[in-house]
Amino acid sequence: MSIIETRNITKTYVEGDVETNVLRGVSFSVEPGEFVAIMGPSGSGKSTLLHILGFLDHHTGGTYQFKGKTIDDYTSEELSHVRNKSMGFVFQAFNLLARSTVLENVKLPLLYSDEPESRWDELATRAIESVGLSHRINYDVSQLSGGEKQRVAIARALVNNPELIFADEPTGNLDSKSGEAVIEILQHLSEQKGHTIILITHETHTAEHARRIIRIMDGQVASDEPVAHQRKPGDGKLK
Amino acid sequence: MTLKHTINTAIKGLKAHKSRSALTILGIVIGVAAIILVVSLGEGAQNLILGQIQGLGAKTITIIPGRQPSGLSDSAQIFSDSLKERDLVLLKRRENVPALSNIMPIVFGGESAAYQGEAYRLTLFGGTELMAEIFDLFPSEGIFLTEDDVKSVANVVIIGATVKEELFGPAPALGEKIRIKDRNLRVIGILPKKGQGSLFNFDEMAIVPYTTMQKYILGINYFHRLVVEVENENEITRTVADITQTLRTAHNITDPEKDDFFIQTQEDLVNTLGTVTTALTMFLAAVAAISLIVGGIGIMNIMLVSVTERTKEIGLRKALGATNKDILTQFLLEAVMLTGTGGIIGISLGALFSFLISFGLSTALSLDWSFSFPFSAALLGIIVSGTIGIVFGLYPARKASLKSPIEALRYE
Repeated sequence: MSIIETRNITKTYVEGDVETNVLRGVSFSVEPGEFVAIMGPSGSGKSTLLHILGFLDHHTGGTYQFKGKTIDDYTSEELSHVRNKSMGFVFQAFNLLARSTVLENVKLPLLYSDEPESRWDELATRAIESVGLSHRINYDVSQLSGGEKQRVAIARALVNNPELIFADEPTGNLDSKSGEAVIEILQHLSEQKGHTIILITHETHTAEHARRIIRIMDGQVASDEPVAHQRKPGDGKLK
Repeated sequence: MTLKHTINTAIKGLKAHKSRSALTILGIVIGVAAIILVVSLGEGAQNLILGQIQGLGAKTITIIPGRQPSGLSDSAQIFSDSLKERDLVLLKRRENVPALSNIMPIVFGGESAAYQGEAYRLTLFGGTELMAEIFDLFPSEGIFLTEDDVKSVANVVIIGATVKEELFGPAPALGEKIRIKDRNLRVIGILPKKGQGSLFNFDEMAIVPYTTMQKYILGINYFHRLVVEVENENEITRTVADITQTLRTAHNITDPEKDDFFIQTQEDLVNTLGTVTTALTMFLAAVAAISLIVGGIGIMNIMLVSVTERTKEIGLRKALGATNKDILTQFLLEAVMLTGTGGIIGISLGALFSFLISFGLSTALSLDWSFSFPFSAALLGIIVSGTIGIVFGLYPARKASLKSPIEALRYE
């Protein structure tokens, strides 16, 4: 069963009398364990697509099935629960809680989960370890560099061990070295831990770390093909 | 999300803006403090007044001439000369009022007293030797009235401390004669200074035998009051009935509507004054409560600002799995904690000020004023401030909870 299956998804924004068709019939499916990059120029609708896939926004037309269930059948509570349990988000702007430590930020999704509180520290510590930030665990996030902040965001996305991780331009605000490190972690999560990853980017170099690239143009799928030569850690530095 | 973590999150949210939170709750603090202060001082005043009335003794009954006033516009004493010497004689008879142990007529009026060119306007009381016991009056110099003084219509007077000072200054007064209504009255006793605290300020009064007062000063043959002392408290109801019966027979009254006297027990007086002071306290507390509403609107305003300011945080929490209910609870709890904290500070401040004022009143004015912490008002203050938090926090919290996660995340 596909984890994500969309058929003819459309999204129309209406402002006053003006209708903007951001998505115009997008169909594709993602199988468990895949590492998919969604590429496209800005304004192509790739971010809107990610928000719809992540239950952060509603599509206007078409059907979206998550794990075989149409999302119209989920209640608002269930959507929150799925977001919490099965999805992790990494945003371009990090979106960390200010005035809070690394540990507090990573624990945030656990607050809304069914995990017993006694396991929170252990789960959060493990997630922080997996992104290599154990030495920063009690730092206030304002003291961290951009790359470190994004790694905190990845740890936060991981803490509930979700099947699916959405990364929306995760390297967009980072220098190339930090960006490389972030992509390496995502690739590691896909290949070693079996997480399904959907990565939004406009850089071909970044997208080529995935196994499959879906290109979006003007709200439609322009191409959907596997990556011939997947980039591996260190490739970027050789060039 | 568990309540514990919702509370922690709310505390963190408030701590992030300490001075703003403090200023926001100021309205609630002032409102609750004002209510506590008013209610506490009201209770103090009530206790003071009631304590003094009860000090007169629960065993006393007052007979007042005239009809009982039925309302404020009713002229009370239409038959003000209805109680006379013959009533006194009848009431003293054991077969009429068996439980009566003592009865004392009282007449009073404002009079001018003069001594060697000094004049002073005072309240003159005509009573008997029983006044000493009933009103707790013991001369610091000389003696009180005796039974003989009353019988012989003696020209003697007991003066209060202020009267003594005004007329005599530091000079000795005992044995001197003061002039009231062309009558020379010999000072046989001087009362010690009692201060403002008493219900009746005897400092500015003088006391003569009621016979003297009736005959030489007022020229009347009736009484203004008859004060009856009953053998014990259990006999009060029966004695009231006995007195009523005796007086109706003596005055040929068959229709109770036409009574030309009415009877007041201490209980009546306590109830009446209690009602008045409670009503006054409630009124003042209601005025103070208006500031609570103003404070509540302040809370709502700040919560709305906070919700807008933290739109991004709300979006993030929703993206990470917070339900609408989680967000609603978080912001509602922030509002309730603001007002609740305000309520607690207000109660403490109100109690502190009330204590200081009570202390000041009892030392500076030597009143028998006791500080009482109004537990009921404190409880009410907590409940009201909490409710204000819910009422005025609900709208901003609901607004926060209904934000679309992606619009909230995009908010700059």
